[in-house]
Amino acid sequence: MTHLKALLIRYSPLVLLAALWEIASRSGLVSSLALPPLSDVAIAWLDLAKSGDLWTNGLASMTRIGAGLGLAIVIGAVLGVLMAWWRALDRLLGPLVEMLYPMPKSALIPVTALWLGFGDASKIVLIFLGCMLPVILGAYNGARGADQALIWSARSLGASRLATLWNVVVPSALPEIANGIRTSLALSFVLLVSAELIVARKGFGYLIGFLGEGGTYDAMFAVVLTVALLGFIADRLYNALVRWGFRWQQ
Amino acid sequence: MSTMSELISIDGVCHTYTPAHGREVLALDNVSLQVQRQEFVALLGPSGCGKSTLLYLIGGFLPVTQGSIRVDGKPVGGPGPDRGIVFQHFALFPWKTVRGNVLYGLEKMGLPRAEREERARTFIDMVGLSGFEESYPSQLSGGMKQRAAIARTLAIDPGILLMDEPFGALDAQTRGLMQAELLRIWRGSPKTVMFVTHDVHEAVYLARRIVVMSARPGRVKAVIEADLDRADPQLTKSRAFIDIVDEVWSLVREEAVRAERYRAE
Repeated sequence: MTHLKALLIRYSPLVLLAALWEIASRSGLVSSLALPPLSDVAIAWLDLAKSGDLWTNGLASMTRIGAGLGLAIVIGAVLGVLMAWWRALDRLLGPLVEMLYPMPKSALIPVTALWLGFGDASKIVLIFLGCMLPVILGAYNGARGADQALIWSARSLGASRLATLWNVVVPSALPEIANGIRTSLALSFVLLVSAELIVARKGFGYLIGFLGEGGTYDAMFAVVLTVALLGFIADRLYNALVRWGFRWQQ
Repeated sequence: MSTMSELISIDGVCHTYTPAHGREVLALDNVSLQVQRQEFVALLGPSGCGKSTLLYLIGGFLPVTQGSIRVDGKPVGGPGPDRGIVFQHFALFPWKTVRGNVLYGLEKMGLPRAEREERARTFIDMVGLSGFEESYPSQLSGGMKQRAAIARTLAIDPGILLMDEPFGALDAQTRGLMQAELLRIWRGSPKTVMFVTHDVHEAVYLARRIVVMSARPGRVKAVIEADLDRADPQLTKSRAFIDIVDEVWSLVREEAVRAERYRAE
């Protein structure tokens, strides 16, 4: 109960913002074309939900994020740890990672569309490529930072080199990998919506673009808010999961 | 030259390393030392004298490039469970509980589950950590962490115990307690111990033989015998004890002064 109360207090500024939005729009302070009243947005959301448009497009978007991010996490973590463990691979891939990391990943949207078309594949590959880099970097730094004394302890307790990699280096890298994944999670939503706005026939981004061009702004806002809320929930859930997973740290 | 009764035989070992920015440094220069089975030897010297490096060479963590180190007549290769190590900062696996840490080496030995559990319990009990089996290292005090690390190493029953300033990170009271505990455990099951420290009192209290090392490059400066009755509770107040501490102190002081000068350069 006190936990719920603390939560309500914490997010009360959002309630205030919602109220201001409604008042600004209703009073004509802001044109209702630019900012439809929040209550209209809520009604538009219910209509979208009833028609099923929200679900079909939402499912398409979530599938793309799930596949792209899932691949990025698995392959990125493996590559990052192996690069830290195996110098030859570091030499080979290190410069590539350094060069690609600061690149704006949205520049790849036309490239993946050209290669893979307007469907799921181009979005999945885009999210995969963009989100893999923070995971690689986290895994690499985490594995490199593995305490020498821990590695030596494991070896003198009878662990083989390979067992040491799996039992010591990988767990040592996990907190940094988790940080990389959090960055990637946020990035995946950015890449998804951008790509769907530009080249797609379904998905949240496509729906936002479609409704905006059609002038149904209340419905457009409904989808924008849905995406924002989903990103927020994903981040909170992920944080809770990480705190539980790393409870040994404190 | 080494004979059969010697477990560790170090002959003419040199070791150099190159820091990230700088020229090659000679850390150990022509070090020779023979250690008997079940002997408790202290390696004493100022920081930077290479005493830990010597320990890591015996442990197989660093390669022997010049000279030779033999254990039981065989040149050391990589690390192995015949040479257990205890580090200054405990080096417990932070994601494992006390029990998980102690079980790790036993799992690698391939013991059956029931036997592993039984042995883990025995050694956790031996170091006085019963009741803390399910605690993570982050929930333990420094002394308790080191107890857990010692239990983890002893559980796999290594013939040689390498200890790298194991009580250096503990407060004075805990350190005294741990020294007495270590002697008690050692008397119960004598192992060959090589104990690195820069604490003269600690070295004389624990070790039958004290190897005093010179400041960089590390050489064996003197070997002092300390044949004392360690069961005597008044030992540290005895004439014999104080005399040996004084003798060792005068040897170490010269080196500490040299080491200071080296660092100032």
